[in-house]
Amino acid sequence: MKWNWGFILRRLAYSVLALVGLSILVFAIARVLPGDPVRLALGPHASASAVFQLRIQLHLNQPIWLQYIYWIEGIFTGNWGISLFTHRNVLTDVEAFLPATLELLIAAAAIDILIAVPLGVIAGRRENTVVDNAVRVLSYVGIAIPSFVVAIFLQHFFPSYVGQLSPGVQPPPHITGLAFLDALVTAHFSTAWNALLHIIPPAFALALGPIAQEARIMRSSVVENLGRDYTVAEISRGLPERVITLKYLMKPSLIPTITIYALDISSLIANAFLVELIFNWGGFSQYGLNAILSKDLNAIVAVVMIAGVLFVISNFLVDLTVGYLDPRIRLQSRSDE
Amino acid sequence: MKVADSGAAPSKASGSLQRRTRRQTLSRYWYKFKRNKISIVGLGVVLAVIAIALLSPWIVPYPGAAFGPPNFAKMNQAPSPTHPFGTDEFGRDELSRVMYAFRYSLMLVGVVLGITVIPGVLLGLVAGYYAGRWHSSLIMLLANIFVAVPPLLLALSIATELTPLNSSPDILTAMVAVTLAWWPWYTRLVYSTASSIRNEDFVKAAELTGASSTHIMFKEILPNILGSVLTKVSLDGGWVILIGAALSFVGFGAPSPTPDLGTMLSNGATDLPGGVWWTTLFPAMAIVAVILGFNLLGDGINDMFSSGIK
Amino acid sequence: MTLLEIRGLRLEYKVYEGQLKVLRDINISLDKGERIGIIGESACGKTSTVKVVMRLLAHNATITGGSITYKGQEVLSLPQKRVTQLRRRSMSMIFQDPSSALNPVFTIRQHMYDIIRYASEVSLNHAEMESKAVDYLRQAALPEPKRILDSYPFQLSGGMKQRVNIAMALISSNDLLIADEPGTSLDVTIEDQIMRLLKQVVVERGISVILITHALGTVKHFVERIYVMYAGTIVEEGPTDEVFRNPKHPYTKMLIDSVPKLTGGGVPEGILGQVPSYLEPPVGCRFITRCPHRMKVCEGEMPPLYKVGEGHVAACYLHEGAST
Repeated sequence: MKWNWGFILRRLAYSVLALVGLSILVFAIARVLPGDPVRLALGPHASASAVFQLRIQLHLNQPIWLQYIYWIEGIFTGNWGISLFTHRNVLTDVEAFLPATLELLIAAAAIDILIAVPLGVIAGRRENTVVDNAVRVLSYVGIAIPSFVVAIFLQHFFPSYVGQLSPGVQPPPHITGLAFLDALVTAHFSTAWNALLHIIPPAFALALGPIAQEARIMRSSVVENLGRDYTVAEISRGLPERVITLKYLMKPSLIPTITIYALDISSLIANAFLVELIFNWGGFSQYGLNAILSKDLNAIVAVVMIAGVLFVISNFLVDLTVGYLDPRIRLQSRSDE
Repeated sequence: MKVADSGAAPSKASGSLQRRTRRQTLSRYWYKFKRNKISIVGLGVVLAVIAIALLSPWIVPYPGAAFGPPNFAKMNQAPSPTHPFGTDEFGRDELSRVMYAFRYSLMLVGVVLGITVIPGVLLGLVAGYYAGRWHSSLIMLLANIFVAVPPLLLALSIATELTPLNSSPDILTAMVAVTLAWWPWYTRLVYSTASSIRNEDFVKAAELTGASSTHIMFKEILPNILGSVLTKVSLDGGWVILIGAALSFVGFGAPSPTPDLGTMLSNGATDLPGGVWWTTLFPAMAIVAVILGFNLLGDGINDMFSSGIK
Repeated sequence: MTLLEIRGLRLEYKVYEGQLKVLRDINISLDKGERIGIIGESACGKTSTVKVVMRLLAHNATITGGSITYKGQEVLSLPQKRVTQLRRRSMSMIFQDPSSALNPVFTIRQHMYDIIRYASEVSLNHAEMESKAVDYLRQAALPEPKRILDSYPFQLSGGMKQRVNIAMALISSNDLLIADEPGTSLDVTIEDQIMRLLKQVVVERGISVILITHALGTVKHFVERIYVMYAGTIVEEGPTDEVFRNPKHPYTKMLIDSVPKLTGGGVPEGILGQVPSYLEPPVGCRFITRCPHRMKVCEGEMPPLYKVGEGHVAACYLHEGAST
């Protein structure tokens, strides 16, 4: 497998640049927009000297770019500010809540790709049959239903599946914080099963829209590739149908699908907020939502940064995957990158 | 689809000749749109929603449902011939409220798209035409940063930041927030198409004959990106409504008692365990129907501009 | 010994506007080791004819009559498994556009290994497959076979890609090779090289060839017998030199005349008119709309193939009276 290392490095550099830019944007939103952080922290009745002290402590008397440097320094040293809501270091909060959300996101992302791709292939190969038309209609509807609507109805029909585990079930020893994984590796199988059942409804609610989207793209991609000359050529060379479908059709058709997958991951991250709320998942998104509603500045900043970081990382991984699939992208040097 | 501007086309052509060819072009577009029956459905749904939104004060069965006083005697009644969608927790007719709610939704769409599309497209044209130069890269870097954060999240945080401490969240901040989160998508879309088109031969030809950059951007490049932009505008209609509903679901919607699909949904959801299903189902269906309509319409517009041979 | 015999083939395509009655009464025969050519304008049915032999037709195609015998077996009714086996060992095809015939996201090595794997009766390991692949690439006169194996299609030039296609075709054809306008998308000098290479390998291995082309110059040096097709019907058939020297069908005559000659004569006129619509094709001779010699009798029934020379037939009422 030949790789153009320049390709990987360029993508990496771009990601880093995006992260830096993101941090500046977030910082700007937090500092430049109206609102006095000190008043927020201390309340309206604080004494003038307390305000003054805090101002110095928070470096608010320094020029703005210096404040930015301090802020970045704080990120890397673990000082993420105090949450107005929980009154402790935001970093501690994040460590507590993030794993649950990660678990949900990973589950949703997995369900998404595992259902969408086969669906798209089946529909594409049977173009214009009943199966194909059913998939097309379902995908139209699936794209139109917001995930929080799905979540509301799923939660209504499966009311016992709120939270990561049923009440009364002992949570597994904390290794990663991902309930299902922890239970599995510590051999608490009934706990693992319980966690699995709990993760399916919210993950499905999150994944439904993306599944519809990707199944559609996969389908039209498959149809297009079936009509190409190389498919006829492959048939004429006597390759078995199984090989043609699973290998020679799959790989080129996946390329546009995986590209969309990157964008859909973004929507997974965004929609997790509401879905977690509805399913009382107790994850990072719920924490973020509470932060937003109670105007907890430091927490909001952390939430937005982490969402951005997740997105940039997943995009980088998706870029690499597309590069793996499509040699033209990874081996050709492009002048407008 | 590459449409080279017929720069030599006689602008002094007789008016009737120009009118005739424009009508032919329009009817050709319409034919392509019509081909897929589903697009007609989409168009119908969108037109119906617009009509309902515009006419609702005059056609709702219970005009008092939006802002009128609550009538607790009729609270939470199941759907019946007098109230096809039932009544909500304040005894107001749900059907009327849903119809009123379309006004709010469409207003959001109008404002957000009205504000974001034109600047976003302009920025993308500039960035695409001057691709490789520093101001183009700057524009795109800015756009890509905004894009890294999921739009909903960004809108939420901006909305939060903009709300002064002691006031409650409201729709104005929501609209501004969504607008700020939205513009880069148009810029990126236009940039990617424009930057590849600007290297096509017909653009080079126009440059050689001394056309100004404004002319090239608007007369040569723009017609070729029009299709994807219009498609996106239509699909975005659905998206804005979705994000608007999500925002109001968490509290950034129109203040009570103004009917707003997202708020209605969140209120209805609290009553759901008690068996009151109509206050949840109908706003949900309304949201889905509107989004579906815009999506189908967007597909139809896409077909209209794609040079597919059948 | 007859390898392939197409008798009375009729083919229709279903499209939005109705049925396209493309092929009518096609009769072609091919002996072992023989090379024949099919020439004619675009959309005259040449490609459809050969695709039927390999059963590569699109879903909207229906065979409405005729039979195809290959190595003694009726192709049209063969079970799918047998067809696949024939494709793996016995017959293969080279396509017009060498780029579009190769899957862009796979290396040449991946393509060839799979073909070799399924063409072989025994299972081979990597080293064996590689040496076979290298061998075939060498036969297609490709230098640096190992580098080519590791390349992706977009990294190769048009001529190289066509040679790769030829190499792949050689793996899976012991008896029949169908070449569908193999040089059309290449520039003339490369096309010449490719055709010479092709002739050399097929003669060496005794492979029968059906060459489709609309370039008359190419076909003269390559095939022994020629079929001229017009609008889905065979209008003339005979030994290559004979047909070129003495074309007996008005269409063939006009075709040959329309090739500019270095010996002078100015720029030729070309043939006026267009191919008739397949939706409502003429009942009689399909060339009737453009034929300068048309007669009343041409409208009625399709002319049979009259004998006009040694092994030379033409479907034209001008030669009525000759034996068929």
